[in-house]
Amino acid sequence: MKFKVYRYNPEKDAKPYMQDFDVELKSSDRMLLDAILRLKEQDDTLSLRKSCREGVCGSDGMNINGKNGLACITPLLGLKEPVELRPLPGLPVIRDLIVDMSQFFKQYHSVTPYLVNDTVAPEKERLQSPEDREELNGLYECILCACCSTSCPSFWWNPDKFVGPAGLLQAYRFIADTRDQATNARLDNLEDPYRLFRCHSIMNCVDVCPKGLNPSLAIGKIKEALVKRAV
Amino acid sequence: MVNRVLVGAHYGLRDWLMQRVTAVVMLVVTLVFAAFFLTHPSLQFEDWQGFFSYQAVRVLTLLFFLSLFLHAWVGVRDILMDYIQPVGIRLTLQVAVIVALVSYALWTVSILWRV
Repeated sequence: MKFKVYRYNPEKDAKPYMQDFDVELKSSDRMLLDAILRLKEQDDTLSLRKSCREGVCGSDGMNINGKNGLACITPLLGLKEPVELRPLPGLPVIRDLIVDMSQFFKQYHSVTPYLVNDTVAPEKERLQSPEDREELNGLYECILCACCSTSCPSFWWNPDKFVGPAGLLQAYRFIADTRDQATNARLDNLEDPYRLFRCHSIMNCVDVCPKGLNPSLAIGKIKEALVKRAV
Repeated sequence: MVNRVLVGAHYGLRDWLMQRVTAVVMLVVTLVFAAFFLTHPSLQFEDWQGFFSYQAVRVLTLLFFLSLFLHAWVGVRDILMDYIQPVGIRLTLQVAVIVALVSYALWTVSILWRV
Protein backbone atom coordinates (compact mmCIF):
# COMPACT_ATOMS: atom_id res chain seq x y z
CA MET A 1 0.00 0.00 0.00
CA LYS A 2 1.28 3.46 -0.92
CA PHE A 3 1.59 6.34 1.54
CA LYS A 4 2.69 9.98 1.42
CA VAL A 5 3.64 11.18 4.87
CA TYR A 6 4.40 14.68 6.14
CA ARG A 7 7.88 14.75 7.66
CA TYR A 8 9.40 17.56 9.64
CA ASN A 9 12.13 17.49 12.23
CA PRO A 10 12.81 21.10 13.22
CA GLU A 11 16.27 20.17 14.49
CA LYS A 12 17.36 18.81 11.09
CA ASP A 13 14.99 19.96 8.34
CA ALA A 14 14.83 23.49 7.01
CA LYS A 15 11.35 22.84 5.65
CA PRO A 16 8.67 20.14 5.97
CA TYR A 17 8.55 17.62 3.09
CA MET A 18 6.41 14.66 2.01
CA GLN A 19 8.00 11.19 2.17
CA ASP A 20 6.76 8.34 -0.03
CA PHE A 21 6.30 4.90 1.48
CA ASP A 22 5.33 1.61 -0.14
CA VAL A 23 4.62 -1.02 2.44
CA GLU A 24 3.60 -4.68 2.44
CA LEU A 25 0.63 -5.18 4.77
CA LYS A 26 -0.17 -8.34 6.71
CA SER A 27 -3.64 -9.84 6.74
CA SER A 28 -4.12 -8.75 10.37
CA ASP A 29 -3.59 -5.06 9.47
CA ARG A 30 -7.08 -3.57 9.38
CA MET A 31 -6.79 -0.02 10.66
CA LEU A 32 -4.64 2.85 9.45
CA LEU A 33 -2.64 2.80 12.69
CA ASP A 34 -1.55 -0.82 11.94
CA ALA A 35 -0.20 0.38 8.60
CA ILE A 36 1.57 3.38 10.15
CA LEU A 37 3.36 1.01 12.53
CA ARG A 38 4.55 -0.94 9.45
CA LEU A 39 5.86 2.37 8.06
CA LYS A 40 7.68 2.88 11.32
CA GLU A 41 9.32 -0.54 10.87
CA GLN A 42 10.67 0.79 7.54
CA ASP A 43 11.78 4.15 8.93
CA ASP A 44 11.84 4.34 12.71
CA THR A 45 12.41 8.11 12.73
CA LEU A 46 8.72 8.60 11.81
CA SER A 47 7.08 10.11 14.89
CA LEU A 48 3.48 10.01 16.02
CA ARG A 49 1.41 9.80 19.20
CA LYS A 50 -0.60 6.67 19.90
CA SER A 51 -1.77 4.78 22.92
CA CYS A 52 -5.00 2.83 23.28
CA ARG A 53 -5.33 1.91 19.57
CA GLU A 54 -9.12 1.71 19.91
CA GLY A 55 -10.43 5.26 19.66
CA VAL A 56 -10.64 6.00 23.36
CA CYS A 57 -7.49 7.95 24.23
CA GLY A 58 -7.61 10.41 21.34
CA SER A 59 -3.83 10.45 20.82
CA ASP A 60 -3.52 9.60 17.14
CA GLY A 61 -5.61 12.37 15.62
CA MET A 62 -4.19 13.32 12.21
CA ASN A 63 -5.17 14.59 8.79
CA ILE A 64 -5.94 11.55 6.64
CA ASN A 65 -6.41 12.23 2.92
CA GLY A 66 -7.46 15.78 3.79
CA LYS A 67 -9.87 14.91 6.60
CA ASN A 68 -9.10 14.82 10.32
CA GLY A 69 -9.61 11.51 12.09
CA LEU A 70 -8.15 8.92 14.42
CA ALA A 71 -5.74 6.54 12.66
CA CYS A 72 -6.66 3.66 15.00
CA ILE A 73 -10.33 3.57 14.00
CA THR A 74 -9.94 4.48 10.33
CA PRO A 75 -10.26 1.26 8.28
CA LEU A 76 -7.58 0.78 5.61
CA LEU A 77 -10.24 -0.53 3.27
CA GLY A 78 -11.65 2.35 1.27
CA LEU A 79 -8.71 4.72 1.75
CA LYS A 80 -7.63 6.25 -1.55
CA GLU A 81 -3.97 5.59 -2.44
CA PRO A 82 -1.49 7.04 -1.93
CA VAL A 83 -2.81 7.71 1.56
CA GLU A 84 -1.72 11.23 2.46
CA LEU A 85 -0.98 11.69 6.16
CA ARG A 86 -0.41 15.12 7.67
CA PRO A 87 -0.43 16.48 11.22
CA LEU A 88 -3.65 18.12 12.48
CA PRO A 89 -3.89 21.49 10.73
CA GLY A 90 -3.59 24.84 12.49
CA LEU A 91 -1.43 23.77 15.44
CA PRO A 92 2.39 24.13 15.61
CA VAL A 93 4.19 20.95 14.50
CA ILE A 94 6.62 19.53 17.05
CA ARG A 95 7.78 16.74 14.76
CA ASP A 96 6.22 14.77 11.86
CA LEU A 97 2.64 13.93 12.90
CA ILE A 98 2.98 15.33 16.44
CA VAL A 99 1.46 18.75 17.07
CA ASP A 100 1.70 21.07 20.05
CA MET A 101 -1.76 20.89 21.65
CA SER A 102 -1.11 23.61 24.31
CA GLN A 103 -3.41 26.15 22.68
CA PHE A 104 -6.18 23.56 22.36
CA PHE A 105 -5.98 22.59 26.04
CA LYS A 106 -5.70 26.23 27.10
CA GLN A 107 -9.08 26.85 25.46
CA TYR A 108 -10.48 23.69 27.05
CA HIS A 109 -9.35 24.87 30.50
CA SER A 110 -10.82 28.32 29.91
CA VAL A 111 -14.40 26.98 30.08
CA THR A 112 -13.99 25.58 33.64
CA PRO A 113 -14.59 21.99 32.49
CA TYR A 114 -15.67 20.65 35.86
CA LEU A 115 -18.73 20.78 38.09
CA VAL A 116 -19.09 23.93 40.19
CA ASN A 117 -21.39 23.43 43.17
CA ASP A 118 -20.79 25.16 46.49
CA THR A 119 -23.49 23.40 48.50
CA VAL A 120 -22.45 20.74 51.00
CA ALA A 121 -21.88 17.48 49.17
CA PRO A 122 -24.42 14.78 50.06
CA GLU A 123 -23.22 11.59 51.73
CA LYS A 124 -23.25 9.54 48.54
CA GLU A 125 -23.65 11.52 45.33
CA ARG A 126 -25.52 14.40 43.71
CA LEU A 127 -28.54 12.91 42.02
CA GLN A 128 -30.14 13.79 38.69
CA SER A 129 -33.41 12.68 37.16
CA PRO A 130 -33.04 10.34 34.16
CA GLU A 131 -34.42 13.14 31.92
CA ASP A 132 -31.82 15.64 33.15
CA ARG A 133 -29.09 13.04 32.70
CA GLU A 134 -30.30 12.40 29.15
CA GLU A 135 -29.27 15.94 28.17
CA LEU A 136 -25.61 15.09 28.86
CA ASN A 137 -25.56 12.31 26.26
CA GLY A 138 -23.57 13.34 23.21
CA LEU A 139 -21.61 15.82 25.33
CA TYR A 140 -19.59 13.88 27.91
CA GLU A 141 -18.19 11.35 25.40
CA CYS A 142 -15.63 13.80 23.96
CA ILE A 143 -12.07 12.39 24.14
CA LEU A 144 -10.31 15.70 23.35
CA CYS A 145 -8.54 14.39 20.25
CA ALA A 146 -8.73 17.90 18.70
CA CYS A 147 -9.94 16.61 15.31
CA CYS A 148 -12.87 19.07 15.42
CA SER A 149 -11.12 22.24 16.60
CA THR A 150 -8.27 21.78 14.12
CA SER A 151 -10.72 21.40 11.24
CA CYS A 152 -12.42 24.69 12.14
CA PRO A 153 -11.29 27.77 10.15
CA SER A 154 -12.44 30.07 12.95
CA PHE A 155 -10.05 28.20 15.28
CA TRP A 156 -7.25 28.47 12.69
CA TRP A 157 -7.61 32.25 12.47
CA ASN A 158 -8.13 32.97 16.19
CA PRO A 159 -6.88 29.99 18.23
CA ASP A 160 -6.00 32.28 21.14
CA LYS A 161 -9.47 33.86 21.34
CA PHE A 162 -12.03 31.42 19.91
CA VAL A 163 -12.74 28.52 22.28
CA GLY A 164 -13.27 26.10 19.40
CA PRO A 165 -15.83 23.30 19.00
CA ALA A 166 -14.25 20.89 21.53
CA GLY A 167 -14.12 23.51 24.28
CA LEU A 168 -17.63 24.77 23.50
CA LEU A 169 -19.03 21.22 23.58
CA GLN A 170 -17.56 20.86 27.09
CA ALA A 171 -18.83 24.34 28.04
CA TYR A 172 -22.35 23.25 27.15
CA ARG A 173 -21.85 19.92 28.93
CA PHE A 174 -21.64 21.89 32.21
CA ILE A 175 -24.25 24.50 31.28
CA ALA A 176 -26.63 21.60 30.66
CA ASP A 177 -25.74 19.84 33.93
CA THR A 178 -28.52 20.43 36.49
CA ARG A 179 -26.03 19.82 39.33
CA ASP A 180 -23.88 22.77 38.25
CA GLN A 181 -24.49 26.18 39.85
CA ALA A 182 -22.24 28.41 37.75
CA THR A 183 -24.45 28.68 34.65
CA ASN A 184 -24.51 32.48 34.73
CA ALA A 185 -20.75 32.78 35.08
CA ARG A 186 -20.32 30.22 32.28
CA LEU A 187 -22.60 32.21 29.96
CA ASP A 188 -20.81 35.47 30.89
CA ASN A 189 -17.52 33.80 30.02
CA LEU A 190 -18.79 32.95 26.53
CA GLU A 191 -20.82 36.06 25.68
CA ASP A 192 -18.12 37.51 23.53
CA PRO A 193 -17.71 38.17 19.81
CA TYR A 194 -14.59 35.98 19.80
CA ARG A 195 -15.00 33.22 22.36
CA LEU A 196 -18.34 31.87 21.12
CA PHE A 197 -19.54 33.93 18.20
CA ARG A 198 -16.62 33.17 15.85
CA CYS A 199 -18.63 30.01 15.14
CA HIS A 200 -20.57 30.45 11.91
CA SER A 201 -22.03 26.92 11.97
CA ILE A 202 -20.15 25.52 8.98
CA MET A 203 -20.17 22.17 10.83
CA ASN A 204 -16.68 20.95 9.88
CA CYS A 205 -16.54 19.77 13.50
CA VAL A 206 -19.57 17.53 13.09
CA ASP A 207 -18.17 16.18 9.83
CA VAL A 208 -14.91 14.95 11.37
CA CYS A 209 -15.76 13.97 14.97
CA PRO A 210 -14.55 10.33 15.33
CA LYS A 211 -17.01 9.83 18.18
CA GLY A 212 -19.97 11.07 16.13
CA LEU A 213 -20.64 14.02 18.44
CA ASN A 214 -22.29 17.27 17.38
CA PRO A 215 -20.51 20.41 18.67
CA SER A 216 -22.63 22.60 16.34
CA LEU A 217 -25.79 21.52 18.12
CA ALA A 218 -24.21 22.25 21.52
CA ILE A 219 -23.07 25.69 20.32
CA GLY A 220 -26.61 26.36 19.09
CA LYS A 221 -27.94 25.48 22.54
CA ILE A 222 -25.45 27.84 24.23
CA LYS A 223 -26.68 30.63 21.92
CA GLU A 224 -30.26 29.68 22.78
CA ALA A 225 -29.45 29.91 26.51
CA LEU A 226 -27.87 33.34 25.96
CA VAL A 227 -30.95 34.55 24.10
CA LYS A 228 -33.25 33.19 26.82
CA ARG A 229 -31.22 34.98 29.45
CA ALA A 230 -31.15 38.29 27.58
CA VAL A 231 -34.64 38.54 26.11
CA MET B 1 0.49 47.59 26.97
CA VAL B 2 1.79 44.07 27.53
CA ASN B 3 0.82 41.48 24.96
CA ARG B 4 -2.14 39.65 26.49
CA VAL B 5 -5.09 37.83 24.97
CA LEU B 6 -8.04 40.12 25.59
CA VAL B 7 -11.57 38.79 25.27
CA GLY B 8 -14.91 39.45 26.95
CA ALA B 9 -16.35 42.37 24.97
CA HIS B 10 -19.90 41.17 25.78
CA TYR B 11 -21.53 42.34 22.56
CA GLY B 12 -21.42 38.96 20.80
CA LEU B 13 -25.02 38.01 21.48
CA ARG B 14 -26.46 41.40 20.51
CA ASP B 15 -24.79 41.40 17.10
CA TRP B 16 -25.48 37.74 16.42
CA LEU B 17 -29.17 38.21 17.26
CA MET B 18 -29.32 41.42 15.20
CA GLN B 19 -28.00 39.55 12.16
CA ARG B 20 -30.75 36.92 12.53
CA VAL B 21 -33.53 39.47 13.05
CA THR B 22 -32.45 41.66 10.14
CA ALA B 23 -32.38 38.54 7.93
CA VAL B 24 -36.02 37.84 8.81
CA VAL B 25 -36.99 41.49 8.11
CA MET B 26 -35.31 41.32 4.68
CA LEU B 27 -37.08 38.05 3.91
CA VAL B 28 -40.50 39.50 4.78
CA VAL B 29 -39.97 42.68 2.71
CA THR B 30 -38.67 40.57 -0.19
CA LEU B 31 -41.89 38.55 -0.09
CA VAL B 32 -43.98 41.77 -0.15
CA PHE B 33 -42.08 42.97 -3.22
CA ALA B 34 -42.31 39.55 -4.87
CA ALA B 35 -46.08 39.66 -4.37
CA PHE B 36 -46.19 43.12 -6.00
CA PHE B 37 -44.22 41.92 -9.03
CA LEU B 38 -46.35 38.80 -9.40
CA THR B 39 -49.61 40.78 -9.28
CA HIS B 40 -48.29 43.30 -11.84
CA PRO B 41 -47.02 41.15 -14.74
CA SER B 42 -46.79 44.03 -17.22
CA LEU B 43 -45.14 46.57 -14.98
CA GLN B 44 -44.90 50.17 -16.27
CA PHE B 45 -42.97 53.08 -14.81
CA GLU B 46 -46.24 54.66 -13.65
CA ASP B 47 -47.19 51.54 -11.62
CA TRP B 48 -43.76 51.58 -10.04
CA GLN B 49 -44.01 55.28 -9.20
CA GLY B 50 -47.55 54.80 -7.88
CA PHE B 51 -46.38 51.95 -5.68
CA PHE B 52 -43.60 54.06 -4.21
CA SER B 53 -45.88 57.04 -3.64
CA TYR B 54 -47.27 55.14 -0.64
CA GLN B 55 -45.49 56.27 2.52
CA ALA B 56 -45.74 52.67 3.85
CA VAL B 57 -43.85 51.28 0.84
CA ARG B 58 -41.08 53.82 1.34
CA VAL B 59 -40.82 53.02 5.03
CA LEU B 60 -40.80 49.29 4.24
CA THR B 61 -38.05 49.79 1.66
CA LEU B 62 -36.06 51.91 4.08
CA LEU B 63 -36.50 49.17 6.70
CA PHE B 64 -35.16 46.65 4.20
CA PHE B 65 -32.07 48.68 3.44
CA LEU B 66 -31.36 49.56 7.08
CA SER B 67 -31.63 45.83 7.86
CA LEU B 68 -29.30 45.10 4.96
CA PHE B 69 -26.70 47.59 6.22
CA LEU B 70 -26.84 46.32 9.81
CA HIS B 71 -26.64 42.74 8.53
CA ALA B 72 -23.69 43.65 6.33
CA TRP B 73 -21.97 45.45 9.21
CA VAL B 74 -21.97 42.31 11.38
CA GLY B 75 -20.92 40.11 8.46
CA VAL B 76 -18.11 42.35 7.21
CA ARG B 77 -16.84 42.93 10.74
CA ASP B 78 -16.75 39.16 11.23
CA ILE B 79 -14.58 38.82 8.13
CA LEU B 80 -12.25 41.58 9.34
CA MET B 81 -12.00 39.92 12.79
CA ASP B 82 -11.02 36.64 11.15
CA TYR B 83 -8.58 37.79 8.50
CA ILE B 84 -7.13 41.15 9.58
CA GLN B 85 -5.06 40.61 12.70
CA PRO B 86 -3.26 43.98 13.28
CA VAL B 87 -5.64 46.01 15.46
CA GLY B 88 -4.78 49.38 13.84
CA ILE B 89 -5.52 48.22 10.29
CA ARG B 90 -8.66 46.44 11.45
CA LEU B 91 -10.00 49.54 13.20
CA THR B 92 -9.26 51.67 10.13
CA LEU B 93 -11.10 49.22 7.87
CA GLN B 94 -14.02 48.98 10.31
CA VAL B 95 -14.36 52.76 10.39
CA ALA B 96 -14.25 52.79 6.57
CA VAL B 97 -17.05 50.20 6.47
CA ILE B 98 -19.16 52.20 8.97
CA VAL B 99 -18.68 55.42 6.97
CA ALA B 100 -19.65 53.61 3.76
CA LEU B 101 -22.75 51.99 5.29
CA VAL B 102 -23.96 55.22 6.94
CA SER B 103 -23.50 57.03 3.60
CA TYR B 104 -25.49 54.32 1.84
CA ALA B 105 -28.25 54.70 4.43
CA LEU B 106 -28.49 58.47 3.89
CA TRP B 107 -28.34 57.95 0.13
CA THR B 108 -31.20 55.43 0.38
CA VAL B 109 -33.35 57.98 2.23
CA SER B 110 -32.62 60.67 -0.35
CA ILE B 111 -33.48 58.32 -3.25
CA LEU B 112 -36.69 57.01 -1.67
CA TRP B 113 -38.15 60.44 -0.92
CA ARG B 114 -37.18 61.86 -4.33
CA VAL B 115 -39.09 59.36 -6.49
